[in-house]
Amino acid sequence: MSQMQLKSFLMWLAPTLLGILFFILLWSGVSTATDGKIPTPAVTWTAGVELFSDPFYNNGPNDMGIGWNIMYSLGRVGLGFGLAALIGIPLGFWIGRSLFASRAFNPIISLLRPVSPLAWLPLGLLIFNSTHWAAIWVIFISSIWPMIINTAVGVSRVPSDYMNVAKVLRLSEWQIMTKIMIPAVLPYLLTGVRLAIGVAWLVIVAAEMLTGGIGIGFWVWDEWNNLNVAHILVAIIVIGLIGLMLEAALVWLAQRFSYGE
Amino acid sequence: MNLDKFVSLENIEMTFHTKSGAFTALKDVNINIKQGEFVSIIGHSGCGKSTVLNIIAGLYPASEGVALCADREISGPGPERAVVFQNHSLLPWLTVYENVMLAVDSVFAKTKTKAEKDDWVNYNLKLVHMDHAAHKRPNEISGGMKQRVGIARALAMQPKVLLMDEPFGALDALTRAHLQDELMKICAEINTTVVMVTHDVDEAVLLSDKIVMMTNGPAATVGEILPVRLERPRSRLALANDPEYLRCRQAVLTFLYDKHRKDDH
Repeated sequence: MSQMQLKSFLMWLAPTLLGILFFILLWSGVSTATDGKIPTPAVTWTAGVELFSDPFYNNGPNDMGIGWNIMYSLGRVGLGFGLAALIGIPLGFWIGRSLFASRAFNPIISLLRPVSPLAWLPLGLLIFNSTHWAAIWVIFISSIWPMIINTAVGVSRVPSDYMNVAKVLRLSEWQIMTKIMIPAVLPYLLTGVRLAIGVAWLVIVAAEMLTGGIGIGFWVWDEWNNLNVAHILVAIIVIGLIGLMLEAALVWLAQRFSYGE
Repeated sequence: MNLDKFVSLENIEMTFHTKSGAFTALKDVNINIKQGEFVSIIGHSGCGKSTVLNIIAGLYPASEGVALCADREISGPGPERAVVFQNHSLLPWLTVYENVMLAVDSVFAKTKTKAEKDDWVNYNLKLVHMDHAAHKRPNEISGGMKQRVGIARALAMQPKVLLMDEPFGALDALTRAHLQDELMKICAEINTTVVMVTHDVDEAVLLSDKIVMMTNGPAATVGEILPVRLERPRSRLALANDPEYLRCRQAVLTFLYDKHRKDDH
């Protein structure tokens, strides 16, 4: 590593470490001020190590390791999100290409998009008669909007020159789709996907608190009922880290599919 | 087939319906182009010269009048009237080779084998001296190179007419001169009919057999048609003092800056 690189690495590292140190000091301060009701970083660390030393134990449906809870939550997010992509992306293409579709759907989307995702939960419980599917339904409805909207915007911004090339070459609808539309829209679409997965991961914790069962959201609620605050703090950090990883994976994906003009 | 009227525009009128009402861009445009002829359309910006090109391309339907190519009415775009776009319009997610192959694949889907298509793409890339960058993406090559690939893509369609919309407008003077020389060589080699829109007087005189000069819009029309009677092959150095070259140049300049002066830019 050259001296310049080393210097810029240190210039990055020093403030980052200082920030984390400050956060831990603040946490310790809060812990002292509340007489240990909020556990100290050290106590939380020990609890975390203990939890993750056996994350996949299974003592029946009411006592499963934190690993299982995370997997169940990720499974619901994946399913709800996947179904939303399956419907939202084609719908976005249609709205972007057809004035008729955009006029038909835009008012409804504008009306429903600002609704808090949890408001949809009772409808899910009523229709699906299952807390598991109600949670997936909430993920579906909250992650579909960014995907529809970003895809539609991407389609409407495909440069008209590219479409002229398609016309001169007399490309078929299928070729227009695969050779021009999809590659041109992909960066917009991935932005939508990134926003959607962020929302989905935010919403799953809240939804599971309400629906119960296995999942990281209900696990947090369960530990609150046990008054095990150290576990709640561990869960908060874990939820944050998983959100970070989902985001990073999609940023990586977006970079792979980006192209210079 | 009428070779003197290989491409023919008869009483073309073009009206655009905008939010602020109807706007007549072109009126009574009549142009005849012979097979193998190189024709430039020149005029001030906004005179509708690109609109004329787009009508021949079939991208705009004329509001009135008849547009013919090889005795058939132009009813839409197609590969027999290939377009070189001003900003190259290469697809940025495809390599140079794939961009040309996209055209070859759709034009020769049934008439060429896979190996023949591959040869044909490489032949056209070689023609514009871009075979060395076949596997680069458009963002990895210079503006002049992109335009070469744009020309290769158009030539690869084996068009009856090559349409060029200010193909060298965005390039620096040296690159432009170089590409003009190459275009002359290519045209001499494959003897294609070319219609080029330009606002560069020297470019028009150097390359053309005939220069169509457009009046200012709205309702622009053909002002004068100037035949350029210069022997080919032409050399820009030798022409610098050629009386016919200077006469043509003077005629276009007089048309643009004396008879149809445009002050607001």
